[in-house]
Amino acid sequence: MIHFVLLVSRQGKVRLTKWYSPYTQKERSKVIRELSGVILNRGPKLCNFVEWRGYKVVYKRYASLYFCMCIDQEDNELEVLEIIHHYVEILDRYFGSVCELDLIFNFHKAYYILDELLIAGELQESSKKTVARIISAQDQLVEAAKEEAGSISNIIAQATK
Amino acid sequence: MEQLKTIGRELAMGSQGGFGQSKEFLDLVKSIGEARSKAEEDRIVLSEIEILKRRLLEPDVPKRKMKEYIIRLVYIEMLGHDASFGYIHAVKMTHDDNLLLKRTGYLAVTLFLNEDHDLIILIVNTIQKDLRSDNFLVVCAALNAICRLINEETIPAVLPQVVDLLNHQKEAVRKKAIMALHRFHRKSPSSVSHLISNFRKRLCDNDPGVMGATLCPLFDLISEDVTTYKDLVSSFVSILKQVTERRLPKSYDYHQMPAPFIQIKLLKIMALLGSGDKSASEIMYMVLGDLFRKCDSSTNIGNAILYECIRCISSILPSPKLLEAAADAISKFLKSDSHNLKYMGIDGLGRLIKISPDIAEQHQLAVIDCLEDPDDTLKRKTFELLYKMTKSSNVEVIVDRMIDYMISINDNHYKTEIASRCVELAEQFAPSNQWFIQTMNKVFEHAGDLVNIKVAHNLMRLIAEGFGEDDDDADSKLRLSAVESYLKIISEPKLPSLFLQVISWVLGEYGTADGKYSASYISGKLCDVADAYSSDETVKGYAVSALMKIYAFEIASGRKVDVLPECQSLIEELLASHSTDLQQRAYELQALLALDARAVESIIPLDASCEDIEVDKDLSFLNGYIQQAIESGAQPYISERERSGMFETSDYHSQDHHEVPSHALRFEAYELPKPSVPQQASTELVPVPEPSYYSEPHQPIPTSLVSERDSSEIKLRLDGVKQKWGRPNYQPTTSSSPNTSSISQQAPNGTATQHSDGGVGSSSSKPQSSYNSKKPEVDPEKQRLAASLFGGSSSSRSDRKSSSGGHKPGKGTANKPTTIPKENPTPVQPPPDLLDLGEPTATTVTTMDPFKELEGLLDSSSSQDGGGSTDVMGLYSDAAPVTTTTSVDSLLSELSDGSKGNSRTYQSQTSKGPNSKEALEKDALVRQMGVNPTSQNPTLFKDLLG
Repeated sequence: MIHFVLLVSRQGKVRLTKWYSPYTQKERSKVIRELSGVILNRGPKLCNFVEWRGYKVVYKRYASLYFCMCIDQEDNELEVLEIIHHYVEILDRYFGSVCELDLIFNFHKAYYILDELLIAGELQESSKKTVARIISAQDQLVEAAKEEAGSISNIIAQATK
Repeated sequence: MEQLKTIGRELAMGSQGGFGQSKEFLDLVKSIGEARSKAEEDRIVLSEIEILKRRLLEPDVPKRKMKEYIIRLVYIEMLGHDASFGYIHAVKMTHDDNLLLKRTGYLAVTLFLNEDHDLIILIVNTIQKDLRSDNFLVVCAALNAICRLINEETIPAVLPQVVDLLNHQKEAVRKKAIMALHRFHRKSPSSVSHLISNFRKRLCDNDPGVMGATLCPLFDLISEDVTTYKDLVSSFVSILKQVTERRLPKSYDYHQMPAPFIQIKLLKIMALLGSGDKSASEIMYMVLGDLFRKCDSSTNIGNAILYECIRCISSILPSPKLLEAAADAISKFLKSDSHNLKYMGIDGLGRLIKISPDIAEQHQLAVIDCLEDPDDTLKRKTFELLYKMTKSSNVEVIVDRMIDYMISINDNHYKTEIASRCVELAEQFAPSNQWFIQTMNKVFEHAGDLVNIKVAHNLMRLIAEGFGEDDDDADSKLRLSAVESYLKIISEPKLPSLFLQVISWVLGEYGTADGKYSASYISGKLCDVADAYSSDETVKGYAVSALMKIYAFEIASGRKVDVLPECQSLIEELLASHSTDLQQRAYELQALLALDARAVESIIPLDASCEDIEVDKDLSFLNGYIQQAIESGAQPYISERERSGMFETSDYHSQDHHEVPSHALRFEAYELPKPSVPQQASTELVPVPEPSYYSEPHQPIPTSLVSERDSSEIKLRLDGVKQKWGRPNYQPTTSSSPNTSSISQQAPNGTATQHSDGGVGSSSSKPQSSYNSKKPEVDPEKQRLAASLFGGSSSSRSDRKSSSGGHKPGKGTANKPTTIPKENPTPVQPPPDLLDLGEPTATTVTTMDPFKELEGLLDSSSSQDGGGSTDVMGLYSDAAPVTTTTSVDSLLSELSDGSKGNSRTYQSQTSKGPNSKEALEKDALVRQMGVNPTSQNPTLFKDLLG
């Protein structure tokens, strides 16, 4: 099972965290500090896996962003590497060539997408299309709500401020 | 300019259906992004917390604003700060009727709250309502929340509804319901034990997604109890067959591989079912063979499946043909340039080696390469492999290597692990007593504070009991060699506490045993120890006890005892010690010195640490005394359990289980009032529910008030669910600790009263071994190492069972002599650190100029066809943007990222010419410029995705 998902930038800034096992806030900070220290300092060409406190952390770097997942000893690392890539592909399809900035400003959407992909630390859906469909169903609702609130004008107002 | 870009980006996001956040929020995110230090970031977040605290308290916050505040709270919490002041608002938001707000609320609570948080009780009701919603998206949101928030105690409140949802028309809901049940099973297996047939049924769901999800709970169930699922073997095999024949919808393909994640899950399940079952395994052979043939080993996902096949094959009953296929796959992995695949290859080798021990031999050089690789992960995996293939013929080489590595690392977790492995191997395969003691000394010296205290106790026991053979001569030789080595080590500075304990104990027990060393010499050493580690009470305690033993043996043998002056002063100091333990030992020692030989001999007999002591646990010798007391009018003793009975609630802090806390609530609505039911007692007990700030049809009532007495009247309708509510009868297990501690007090030589700490020895001398070569080619040295590791690998592993004593050298081709070195190896320069070996050997490091590489990349970028998948490890292809829009700036930033990451490896290669300087300058420039280099470069993932 996946114990947590971390997105950390090359500068060590946290972009997204999702915890599937219970960790206190203190433990979380410690985990992030420890792992980003280990992972950010690893050279290219090395394994994408790190053994860590009896668990394994699988990470992959996309541009300046590191996607990390912590798994059990018995899990298949290559598979998890592909789960990460699967997630990135879905993000990419959703945001239209995703970049770190998308995730910074829309982290809640990244969470929604992650929730459709992983649940309770297991892969729940392996079809990109299915995930895309349910996310867009949710977004249509948002769309509807937005019309009501007349927020498009709002956005424009903000943007031109 | 940059700001304009950002605004453009925001607009674009708005049009994608996102809710534009307020300027304030965007500013927050941006300022955090631009923060140059953690301190600055903290400052920004703290002021944001103040703002939010104030805003949240304002009356009538518009909902849309509130939603944004909540997202800002999520952001704060993500950055590691405490946002608990706003949790309640997130909880409130889940009650909202607007799905958009509700979803935000659920997202926030799933991120904020752990399953045992008090606020969850306020959400359960909403979840129940949402599970009944007509809108499947609402149901999905609620199910997502269930998976995170519901704990053992609240499972019954939602379980019936979740089970109903298994038949929902939307596959997304069915899938999530399955996953929720899986989660329940993990939390509390008994709660869903009656629902297992539902899982079986869902396996035949029309939707492949639901079927795939069902494999998760089934995997868990099968790993708990294999036998009841044997009938499913053929179903799983046929599903896998269909998947590989591409019968699933195209949308499940991933990188041209049909539903690989489902395949992997199925293979995992088959590995469980086929383990030790001939008929089940035979059904699987066919499809496994097909998989090997079909799997595309050029993609990462194909390799993931291959690796899973290897695991499956090593788990089921072996078939020669499949083993061969697996061995082929492994050798492909090992020969690959990718470290990931090498890692998997080593892992696979470790699995297969149990079945066919010969397989390692053909890969010996690859294994040695991995062992010397600068990549720590790979190295550790290789040590794991070596650990699995250790036998008496190669134990010395392997353990020496492990210890060298252990010394070189700082990671305490792994240090502990590798230390305990060294100890285990040494205990099992030690070729000689001397070697064993030396090895243990090294382990203790370098990882003494990390090894389990049991290891120290084992070592003491081993020295005391000998190797279990009736060979007293060998045993006393072992002890003598231990004493000698300890006397040599003892004066080294800064030994770990645990090791000092072992040393003190052994010196006390056997220091004077064979007359080589005089009592005054040993006791002088022990006094030095107590003196040098005066802050460590445990060590001091051991030292004093050891002194006591030495003097006792002297007195018992009729010799005249001269207490050394330093010993005398030590005793006097300890007589006034603040530690009662030390004080008592000192008094005992003082008293003992005044006794005559006969009395001393019966108190501390010579070499009696292994004798059994009979302890009267019932304290029956006190019966007469008690009888007398009772006769003269004393109250008989009532055990604590009877006194406090089952009403005692305070003593079930069992850490292991999730006990039902006392605040258990009911979640059902009130039953319709029945005329006859009301009883006075219950109406008194149930308080009028306080008006809460949200209006819901059902109010939770605290059952803790109602539970015991009224549970028969107010029935929870849980339809066949196991009763989870009432307080279980926790019977405080009467602890036997008083007994055990009294036993340990009486242990003859007083070692048992100690506490856990580390300990260890020294001896920096290392046997010169054959592996300190530095040449990259496969030189004879390396081959020699390979031979010493693998030489005997054809002989079966069964000699592992010989516990540490039988030092029969392997009959293989081992070059390494297993004969016992007659004297201690001459101290030589320690062989260079393993890590050092890596760099000169690094054949993988190209001497190419990083800038050249970049140019090449630019040229090829336009023609690159999104094939990031072929190069799993390729940083450059991953990191380098391929789009034509990329500006030079961003590329440079990418490059400097890359070259920085490489810098360790490149340092030695790149000359000090202008290039490296330039790179450094650019690197600095880029880092100055950007918080996140990507902000200039929006389409970075493109290269991966074509």
